[in-house]
Amino acid sequence: MSLCLQARQLACERDDRWLFQGLDLEVRNGEIVRIEGPNGSGKTSLLKILSGQLSDYQGELFWNGAAMNEAREHFLANLLYLGHAPGIKSGLSPLENLAWYQALSGESGNEDQRLEALEQVGLAGFEDVPAGQLSAGQQRRVALARLTLTPRALWVLDEPFTAIDRHGVVDLERQLVAHAQAGGCVLVTTHHELTASPLLRRISLG
Amino acid sequence: MHSSLHGASNSGSSQSSETAQQVSAVPLREHNGGLMTAVKATLVRDLTLLLRRRGEVLNPLVFFALVITLFPIAISPDPELLAVIAPGLLWVAALLAALLSLDSLFRSDYDDGSLEQLLLAPQPLAALSLAKVAVHWLLTGLPLALMAPILGIMLALPAGSYAVLALSLALGTASLSLIGAIGAALTVGLARGGVLLSLLVLPLYIPVLIFGAGAVQAAIFGEGVSAHLAILGALLAASLMLAPWAIAASLRISING
Repeated sequence: MSLCLQARQLACERDDRWLFQGLDLEVRNGEIVRIEGPNGSGKTSLLKILSGQLSDYQGELFWNGAAMNEAREHFLANLLYLGHAPGIKSGLSPLENLAWYQALSGESGNEDQRLEALEQVGLAGFEDVPAGQLSAGQQRRVALARLTLTPRALWVLDEPFTAIDRHGVVDLERQLVAHAQAGGCVLVTTHHELTASPLLRRISLG
Repeated sequence: MHSSLHGASNSGSSQSSETAQQVSAVPLREHNGGLMTAVKATLVRDLTLLLRRRGEVLNPLVFFALVITLFPIAISPDPELLAVIAPGLLWVAALLAALLSLDSLFRSDYDDGSLEQLLLAPQPLAALSLAKVAVHWLLTGLPLALMAPILGIMLALPAGSYAVLALSLALGTASLSLIGAIGAALTVGLARGGVLLSLLVLPLYIPVLIFGAGAVQAAIFGEGVSAHLAILGALLAASLMLAPWAIAASLRISING
């Protein structure tokens, strides 16, 4: 099965200012699409529109050829979105946070999977520490553990490199490429310079 | 002001051939239910979170106790006078205590980004928000209902009305949590939504207040309480039917803003 997210004539207006107009976009298997632009150029808004969170836009969205409204459930079942805020509860441990995310998609999963996912993001030994006591980078890593824990075809990542150390950045970049090579698809905004790869495509806003 | 689009600045058309055979590695999933798993996990998560922040759970209960303690001091310790106003006092104080705790219902989820994740879950948002409201009632409404009879003693509430007081509050606060959650969902995106929340929600609380306090009053005067309780039950049934959809729609509006 192939996946295809299409946007036609997308336009978004914020405070009487057009963030973008007439944007045509197509994202397919095996692609890393990097959305570029200066601060305030609407990168986050675009990602939110594409992931179906913002309805305040003009234009059309298609998922595998079907209009987004009709295909929404299938789309959400294949989407992994990581926003600006990591979405990690400071009162819960990393394990508990991941357990909720796993259950949210309808899988009960087991603890071994979650421990392994945490180990992969370099958080072995922090499983039971309340996430509020972890550093910003570590919290971001807990969120990134979802990439391996709940495999999804389409990743929409808003500034995933924020607060991540140099090693983590290299690992994450490798993970993005591996995901695209395996037939997945990544939509990402970042100010970090991604290593050139034949899979990488850029879209500039603003 | 058209945005410039430079697609494919360094994309190769070669990737289509080399990835084509590997496509199966990340198969597309069909949405396969799991609603009960998600609802249960949300219940457990919210319960754990609130039980770890006991201060937040105790706040409305302490408020309730303080208000009720002050009334006999301020008005008069005369049991006959107090017995007349006790049902109304207990209900108003419990209602305000429940209202106080509403603002935080979705606030922390909104702040740390887990609310948008909740909206993107491939599950009906109404069911997930119902789980959140259920936890709110379990840790606010139910304790208030259980505590009310004890505070009733302080207001010289006549014997025979204690069970009705607890029952009417248990039923009534469930409706209050459901209705209040709509307001909380609508105002979660606002920096100071607390006042607006009260203004939005209070008019909708009035029917619950009338029949709740009415039930206790009827019990004191020895009249039938079943009619009042039945209406409270009907209000709860109606809110259970309608509120989850309204909460879900309100959350979507808030996250849009």
